[in-house]
Amino acid sequence: MQRIGVFVCHCGSNISATVDVEKVAQMSLLEPGVVHAEDYQYMCSEAGQARITEAVKEKKLTGIVVCSCSPRMHETTFRNAAERAGINPYMVEIANIREHCSWIHKNIEEGTEKAIILARAAIAKVTLNAPLKPGESRVTKRALVIGGGIAGIQTALDIAEAGYEVDIVEKTPSIGGRMSQLDKTFPTLDCSACILTPKMVEASAHDKINIYTYSEVDQVSGFVGDFTVDIRKKARSINMDKCTGCGVCSEKCPSKKISSEFNRGLGKRSAVYTPFAQAIPNVPVIDRENCIKFKTGKCGICEKVCQAGAVDYTQEDEIITEKYGAIVVATGFDTIKLDDFDEYAYNQSKDVITSLELERVMNAAGPTKGHLERLSDGKAPKNMVFIQCVGSRDVTCRGKVYCSKICCMYTAKHAMLIRDKYPDVNVTVFYIDVRTPGKNFDEFYRRAVEEYGVNYVKGQVGKVAPQANGQLLVQAVDLLDNKQILMEADMVVLATAIEPEAGVRKIATMLTASIDTNNFLTEAHPKLRPVESPTAGVFLSGVCQGPKDIPETVAQAGSAAVKAIGLLAKEKLMTNPCTAKSDELLCNGCSTCANVCPYGAITYEDREVNDHGIREVRRIAVVNNALCQGCGACTVTCPSGAMDLQGFSNRQIIAEVDAICR
Amino acid sequence: MQELVKRASELLADGSVARVLGWKAGDLPYNPEPAYFENEEQLRSFVYNGFCGANLSKYMIEASKLEGKTLVFLKPCDTYSFNQLMKEYRVDREKAWIIGVGCRGKLDIEAVKRSGIKGIESISEEDGELKIKTLYGDHSISYAEAMLERCHSCKGKEHRVYDELIGESEETNDSERFAGVTEIEAMSPEEKFAYFQKELSKCIRCNACRNVCPACSCRKCVFDSNKFDSAQKANTDSFEEKMFHIIRAFHVAGRCTDCGECSRVCPEGIPLHLFNRKFMKDIDELYGEFRAGEDAETKGPLTDFTFEDAEPGVVAERG
Repeated sequence: MQRIGVFVCHCGSNISATVDVEKVAQMSLLEPGVVHAEDYQYMCSEAGQARITEAVKEKKLTGIVVCSCSPRMHETTFRNAAERAGINPYMVEIANIREHCSWIHKNIEEGTEKAIILARAAIAKVTLNAPLKPGESRVTKRALVIGGGIAGIQTALDIAEAGYEVDIVEKTPSIGGRMSQLDKTFPTLDCSACILTPKMVEASAHDKINIYTYSEVDQVSGFVGDFTVDIRKKARSINMDKCTGCGVCSEKCPSKKISSEFNRGLGKRSAVYTPFAQAIPNVPVIDRENCIKFKTGKCGICEKVCQAGAVDYTQEDEIITEKYGAIVVATGFDTIKLDDFDEYAYNQSKDVITSLELERVMNAAGPTKGHLERLSDGKAPKNMVFIQCVGSRDVTCRGKVYCSKICCMYTAKHAMLIRDKYPDVNVTVFYIDVRTPGKNFDEFYRRAVEEYGVNYVKGQVGKVAPQANGQLLVQAVDLLDNKQILMEADMVVLATAIEPEAGVRKIATMLTASIDTNNFLTEAHPKLRPVESPTAGVFLSGVCQGPKDIPETVAQAGSAAVKAIGLLAKEKLMTNPCTAKSDELLCNGCSTCANVCPYGAITYEDREVNDHGIREVRRIAVVNNALCQGCGACTVTCPSGAMDLQGFSNRQIIAEVDAICR
Repeated sequence: MQELVKRASELLADGSVARVLGWKAGDLPYNPEPAYFENEEQLRSFVYNGFCGANLSKYMIEASKLEGKTLVFLKPCDTYSFNQLMKEYRVDREKAWIIGVGCRGKLDIEAVKRSGIKGIESISEEDGELKIKTLYGDHSISYAEAMLERCHSCKGKEHRVYDELIGESEETNDSERFAGVTEIEAMSPEEKFAYFQKELSKCIRCNACRNVCPACSCRKCVFDSNKFDSAQKANTDSFEEKMFHIIRAFHVAGRCTDCGECSRVCPEGIPLHLFNRKFMKDIDELYGEFRAGEDAETKGPLTDFTFEDAEPGVVAERG
């Protein structure tokens, strides 16, 4: 019989204000096996832990239940305390009476009742606990960074600088990401390319960094410290070793009318192309869908003009399998589709553009060579309207409920740059709120208003209507003046909400990393572990975790790198002992568990068993404890109940449920 | 039938098989039972008629452990079960010589009795009619009328696995397979509960459904094992009594081939197949059409992952 001690924490008044902690301790004493129960103000404090270790010695406890906060906060603390007191750390169970009781209940009776029930469940479980011992696993000293934008580049550079090998996988033909599409950057207005390209060059020249562009992650298996990843290098149709980057192929390519992804569809590119002048690597790709050679079999001009003989139409996708200790997701963002926002006439008028499209218009390498002009007729605009929060802070289900965070600042930037370069253009910005927290951000915005005379109007735009005369009629409301506004504009710029890049869901699934309802990757703890995914060994860098600007992205990229380095620096990892185990007498050998195991941890062997005197060779499931991550998928799929999870056995869980339902 | 006996004798005689798994006549005209035959003498009691509904696949689990090959007669629907058992490594294909037998639907004695025919002395078939001699005179009933429910929603007369085929089949499918499920789905929660209460309260926990089920082939059933609390729970009160069938349906979900044996053998006439069909219908709708046992390789949708799989949210909202 176990000798169980129950320790109820007040958590200051966090718990004790809504849960009668003394009563929880008293009621616990009535449970079978409980020989000690007490409450204390801060169980996690040194004094609190000392109470536990003393009670273990005095009362000869074999199991411990701590009624406190979430096990994610202090389970390790209490397990360590148990170990110091000489009992197995896995003989500790936590009843979460803070998040599950005091924080969600107002009524002390209800909170107390639930706390007593949860304590009872934990006691019932610990009664069936058995000592467990963790194993060890090795760490592959190599990191994978998924995404080659500024977040991925910075993370890779920081990891590489610490001396570890890093691979960057980038799905487009070049690294650089969204930042390479920007013209100037706030709040200093330096040119985006000027500060980004040195980083790109540094990454590409770094002997510890290996870049796979035009490549995607195909498959991920394994676990923290020992991931195995299949990377699909899409057929570039250009031999990277031979190509000199002279660009003659793109120049001579007859298929030139393809919408340029880099210019957000505002410019054209050829079928064989490098996305932009500073692309790294400076090796083009052949877009097979639009290449005449691939479509009709005729043409082949690029092959003829290439002096280096680098064009290779026979190239095929190549799968590279590599091992990694850590994986950093830096997949970035895109702007949302505006199909559901008919009121802004984005699909009807060429003169209604998104802010990211304006970046391309303002850029010297963009479709208008940096001249501000209407895309419909090339005329210089006189009146420009910027609309904030298009699809951000949107509760109509068409857009996103969150704030995209970067729009207030880039709109101030755009407005300021336009007023600076074209002082005769009137710029009006419609906003819900102007949000400019950040170093030198508010000063920046005030400069736009006070020095550059940008007209900020608090209010939303109801409709943008293209007129017969080519003008756009903007219908809005001025909330401060409480009046309707009807004004004509030559161009309308939409501060379009941003969302995680489309492929992130698939990547998250492969990594078993969780994502929220908006497809942002979830952090392990929103405050205390913001760059770690709840999946061990997976880290988050940049906008894939939530909207952020360049300074924040770079800062987070560095943090993600530090976390990855911390992992790579370890020689060995302690493995979780809560792994699955198969009962050889119950196992049918049906392979269902092996089918569902995401870690490939289950194999089968023919083994002679002695089933109550019957000796026979049976096909039995065997779990590799080093590979098993304790997810429990096998235990629920096993039809005969032969698979069980140590530390979370079916019996323990049923005992908890029974205790709750009692 | 004579052809089956002849072929069985041949294979026994030349040593190709060590035994034959088929059906022998029972004590009544309508209850033939599964049996092993090891020589010509024993084969004299072999029968194959409309009442040979029993699916012999499950017996191949034990037969696979015996010395030598076993000749087994499988109807088209039985071969689905055999495939599923192969997929789960429960039967050994090498140990089986499968003769696929023709099928024109199997009979349900309960259906005959429901039509008011009692005191049956003998039954014979003539031109799509069953001629029945009873203590109270002669009767007849059409073959289709006396067929098992499962044959009206037959999954096809093609054998999915076999070594040789003997005999002709006739199409018997004349009803919508999921009609019964759709009917229950349309009920209000209270009506559903009342329906299942009515049906499941008949259960006497004889375990016939479990024992006959080819998917219920665990070495040790969770309801019999003292390792789990379910052994005692399943019949402590009427609520938990019902849990037996629900847990069983969950255990065979995605593996059940819809062979219909559970409903055939239930002495209380509980339409147990409806539970399994609800799962099949849901699987079809959420993951695309799937039939367990169509082959011995394809992973079932519940034990396989694809990016096209329905999101849990979709499943939850749909109910």
